[in-house]
Amino acid sequence: MKDNTRLYTLLVYSENVAGILNQITAVFTRRQVNIESLNVSASSIEGVHKYTITAWSDADQIEKITRQIEKKIDVIKANYFTDDQLFIRESGLYKLTTDLVINNPDISRTIRRHDASIMEVNPTYVVVMKNGKTEDILNLYYALNEYGCVLQYTRSGRIAVTRSTQEQVSEFLEQREGSKK
Amino acid sequence: MRALQAEGVKTIFGYPGGSIMPTYDALFDYTRGEKKCFDHILVRHEQAAIHAAEGYARVSGEVGVALVTSGPGATNTLTGVADAMLDSTPMVVIAGQVAIGALGTDAFQEVDLVGVAQPISKWSYQIRHAEDIAWAVSRAFYIARSGRPGPVVLDFPRNAQVEEIDWEPKKVDFIRSYVAYPKLNMDAVREAAELINNAKKPLALVGQGVELGNAQEELKAFLEKADIPAGRTMLGLSALPSDHPLNVGMLGMHGNYAVNLKEQECDVLIAIGMRFSDRVTGNTKTYAKQAKIIHLDIDRSEIDKNVKTHVAVVADCKESLPAITSLLNKNNHQEWRNSFKELDEKERVKVIEPAIHPKDGPLLMGEVVNTVAQQAPRGTVLVTDVGQNQLFATRYFTYPEKRSICTSGGLGTMGYGMPAAIGATFATDRTVCCFMGDGGFQMCIEELGTIMEQQAPVKMILMNNHYLGNVRQWQDMFWMRRKSFTKMLNPNYELIAQGYGIGYIAVTDRKDLAAAVEKMLTTKGPFILECAIKEDDDVLPMTPPGMNVDDMVLEI
Repeated sequence: MKDNTRLYTLLVYSENVAGILNQITAVFTRRQVNIESLNVSASSIEGVHKYTITAWSDADQIEKITRQIEKKIDVIKANYFTDDQLFIRESGLYKLTTDLVINNPDISRTIRRHDASIMEVNPTYVVVMKNGKTEDILNLYYALNEYGCVLQYTRSGRIAVTRSTQEQVSEFLEQREGSKK
Repeated sequence: MRALQAEGVKTIFGYPGGSIMPTYDALFDYTRGEKKCFDHILVRHEQAAIHAAEGYARVSGEVGVALVTSGPGATNTLTGVADAMLDSTPMVVIAGQVAIGALGTDAFQEVDLVGVAQPISKWSYQIRHAEDIAWAVSRAFYIARSGRPGPVVLDFPRNAQVEEIDWEPKKVDFIRSYVAYPKLNMDAVREAAELINNAKKPLALVGQGVELGNAQEELKAFLEKADIPAGRTMLGLSALPSDHPLNVGMLGMHGNYAVNLKEQECDVLIAIGMRFSDRVTGNTKTYAKQAKIIHLDIDRSEIDKNVKTHVAVVADCKESLPAITSLLNKNNHQEWRNSFKELDEKERVKVIEPAIHPKDGPLLMGEVVNTVAQQAPRGTVLVTDVGQNQLFATRYFTYPEKRSICTSGGLGTMGYGMPAAIGATFATDRTVCCFMGDGGFQMCIEELGTIMEQQAPVKMILMNNHYLGNVRQWQDMFWMRRKSFTKMLNPNYELIAQGYGIGYIAVTDRKDLAAAVEKMLTTKGPFILECAIKEDDDVLPMTPPGMNVDDMVLEI
């Protein structure tokens, strides 16, 4: 990976039509950029879907990728951000062996120290959830892994809201509707 | 049919097949008798349907329409879809598809057309039910022709073709997520005007965007007011009349010498509706580094894509050009313009004269093009295939009228020429001259059948050197003269012409050339003029690939 790359987060808004995800990911594939994480959900605007995509790239490349994505007919807006411009959250789920958790109090202490919550306990396994930034979730995983108690681990894609005041997309859509003849 | 009629479609290029039969059955009634509103041109291969539609679109400015069946019919059009995407040609392809119940079952002639077309089309969509037809067709035409034009692919499952509905016309001329015409930013306009007003050595690069935006007059006013010399890209050759005093020639790898060198000397470079293709810029790391660059384009994603700009004016040039012109001072750059002349003269003596007026030896491509250009009536449309024929034809033809050039610029599709020329003849009454090499001629040779059936008046100039000439030239220049699979054993074209009943004449001797061209141009209907060309005729000048534009060489 080149030295001037960093992790960027793209926020993409599109119409809710089939096939858009394919079109968006194709823009990355064509330029040989890997998507690190991807989250798709309905946005606060009815009928509009929001994609949160992270990828390692340099500034020049991410700018081109963003414009190519926005060029797709049914994509409403695409913008890219660095971490300091966003409020970011991810979730981690950890499935642990109940026996080990009971017999080693350090494990429970680790869970508490990382501010994670226990979601379910049964005789065979315990499910722990942690919300936070990527590194917080990874750190808990590394810590738990030390005890050899992790049966399964998964981390969600990133979700993010911008630190600026409002979802500019609603403004954009209002302008567009206003320009309609 | 009614949806196509509502979009003003007049000509459809197509080829029927299983999954599109219901549509073809309906089309039958709309091409004859009192319901007649379309001409349908039956091609001989689906690739030709789309290239013909491209030629039609390029010359007429209307959306070209191709109608094909599912599976192979649809995939055969994809080369043309990619071609139209790169060259911003407005197109709608309607392809049959298996009924939606059979989708995903690997049914006979089923292919995921929307999936494969997506990255190479402006929009692709599956019309799953009849009630979507009016909306989807109108949306397809709106997307194809608006903004930066491009190809749209409609996948039309069989069930949607036969479902009965009450017809309700729909007109799409607004899509909230798609800004076809970005609003002109007046700050950028002012900045651009200021740069141009202060320029001592301004140079304009004119692309096809000017033709697509129908801004040929606005361009002239802009250039004339500030007295700016202008080079044209291959696709933009007829955006500015070639006899205009401010025209300084063609850009690019095989363009004119002066303008290529002057790109490295100008102080302000104004790119208008062009995309800084690698065939124009050569090595972008050294390209026009001394200049302030102004880029006018309707497509925001083109800005800074290949060349970093100082001022970007993102809008339709029909709007942005007059806005800038109104802020320009009347100017005179006589001295700067004169400085092109010495280089022009050098190119004329070293390259042009030997190419168009050779004294002896076998026929050269340059002299064939020049002879046709001189005799062809004003306003003749030039169609080319791809390769040396294209480079010679575009260099030595003349373009006094707008929308006079059809060539595959971005994708470089061999086999484009003949079908595109067929399409062009349905878009205009102007003469259509199509230059091809022996390679490209054979890539869509089956279209002689379409030409015969339609009596399409295509003047075909077959420049036969028994080689895939452009690759041969590169092998000679860069691959130690190892002519790997570029020599061709050709058929007897006279017999082929006879078989199709198309007029034919062969020229091997220089003294017969002018008379043969005259015979071709005065013969009514299609004609093949075969010229026996020198085997190793090279296109010059040339900027070797990846080199700097001022490394252009006049001789090898």
